[in-house]
Amino acid sequence: MTKALEIKSLRKVYRGGLEALKGLDLTVNEGDFYALLGPNGAGKSTTIGIISSLVNKTEGEVKVFGYDLDTQLADVKRQIGLVPQEFNFNQFETVEQIVVNQAGYYGVPRKLAKERAQKYLTQLGLWDKRNDRARTLSGGMKRRLMIARALLHEPKLLILDEPTAGVDIELRRSMWDYLTLINSQGITIILTTHYLEEAETLCRNIGIIDKGRIIENTSMKLLLSKLNVETFVFDLEPYSNSPTMTGFTMRELDNHTLEVDVPKERGLNNVFEQLTAQNMKVLSMRNKANRLEELFVDLVEQGRNQKESV
Amino acid sequence: MSMAMNLTALRTIWIKECTRFLRIWVQTLVPPAITMTLYFVIFGNLIGSRIGEMGGVSYMEFIVPGLIMMSVITNAYSNVASSFFSAKFQRNIEEMLVAPVSTMTIILGYVGGGVARSLIVAVVVTVVSSFFVPLNIQHFWLIVVTVILTATLFALAGLVNAVFAKTFDDISIIPTFVLTPLTYLGGVFYSISLLPQFWQTVSQANPVIYMVNAFRYGFIGVSDINAYVALGVLVLFNLVFFALAWSLLHRGVGIRS
Repeated sequence: MTKALEIKSLRKVYRGGLEALKGLDLTVNEGDFYALLGPNGAGKSTTIGIISSLVNKTEGEVKVFGYDLDTQLADVKRQIGLVPQEFNFNQFETVEQIVVNQAGYYGVPRKLAKERAQKYLTQLGLWDKRNDRARTLSGGMKRRLMIARALLHEPKLLILDEPTAGVDIELRRSMWDYLTLINSQGITIILTTHYLEEAETLCRNIGIIDKGRIIENTSMKLLLSKLNVETFVFDLEPYSNSPTMTGFTMRELDNHTLEVDVPKERGLNNVFEQLTAQNMKVLSMRNKANRLEELFVDLVEQGRNQKESV
Repeated sequence: MSMAMNLTALRTIWIKECTRFLRIWVQTLVPPAITMTLYFVIFGNLIGSRIGEMGGVSYMEFIVPGLIMMSVITNAYSNVASSFFSAKFQRNIEEMLVAPVSTMTIILGYVGGGVARSLIVAVVVTVVSSFFVPLNIQHFWLIVVTVILTATLFALAGLVNAVFAKTFDDISIIPTFVLTPLTYLGGVFYSISLLPQFWQTVSQANPVIYMVNAFRYGFIGVSDINAYVALGVLVLFNLVFFALAWSLLHRGVGIRS
């Protein structure tokens, strides 16, 4: 299978001595929808910065669709479309100027750039706004503008750094649909996000990065199967006698809410049986946190404990 | 990237730069016209009539080439300095850095924008001056070559300034403390032959002297310095500043971490 991205032993030491990446290895296959997760300061943005040549690497090897970052920089750049975390377009230019100019920097002739601008701005619901200055757009529109801008030279690899930060749920879901669509059309996507639900919904494979190293690189399915205990919140009819729960860890939040840790092998049936036996009526039930969120926290903590014990 | 693609990128940057200064024409094209009109009225007409001749021509005729050159210098410099620094500040410089645009293309695009603005301003100021003094041209091509080389040099200098600048203050310090003194002491308002020998020698270290004199020679055929020497100095300064700008941008100074 063709490798869209291949990173070996990547190190970055910033001026001042901060070592942001400590020998990072990462491979993303062509056609993948890959999530790169990690806590703040883990090295996600530095990694993306190096791939997109905004940050100079200290050591290591980066290849994009087989092109080497050191020796075939122009070819590497042509493969990548970057949607950065912060708005980085000229706020005084119009929507159309921004995307057409970006295509121009990649050598796309103006006529073709204008045709593509119409195509991508229409797909992202911005064609009506093409003559508006970028600063007048809403936050969600600005995010979509950055996606359109990144697609104008028709890259094979799209990298999105927190693309839905500050975007409302409805718009976020429409962006997910769009990203899923272009991924199905063959564009490889790498995404960093703080919304773990987003990673779980969209991505097939996942890498978790912490303190400059990849601590987990696997498929989303495999990762989620590692989740042994899930916490459920039960809304009960108000009670006067506190319930008891054998074989489960339980916390009472108030006189009608319980939090129960449920090991995967035991399942939920026994929880319901015990509550029913005590005449507790379950009104509703939900996951306390996103499943991936629990795993993410566990993995990052495990990684840190291991390092501390070393 | 192929030559055709690089030309497309260059055209894109140049058009973007021209669109920028034309969009804010009230801030970029009108002020030099007003300032120069005041210079012509006060120094040329009112005070100049009492000064008499300088270099064999009326004082007004003497200062016109210098004043045009002053506008060219200021506008070429400030256009590139402020546009490139704004691109750094708003981070839209990243649009170019992620694309396969060569360093040479970025320099030529930005400098081309600065030269375009300063040439438009030069034409505007020349037209304004023609209301005060008849336009006299002795060596047309010398004027053209000098104005382009001067505009290019100061556009490059503005680019270097913007590369190093970290705040908006940093792009106004050089114009205030370096450019203005060099221009005022660069023979715009006087012939350096009026200075004592020592200061004449010191003045020759000021590059603006060469530009103003070559330009003035093109208009009125009078110069303190040989026009070809002046052009040679201009070419030399251009090469030095181009090499400096290329080296800085290629290494990513101020734009890549």
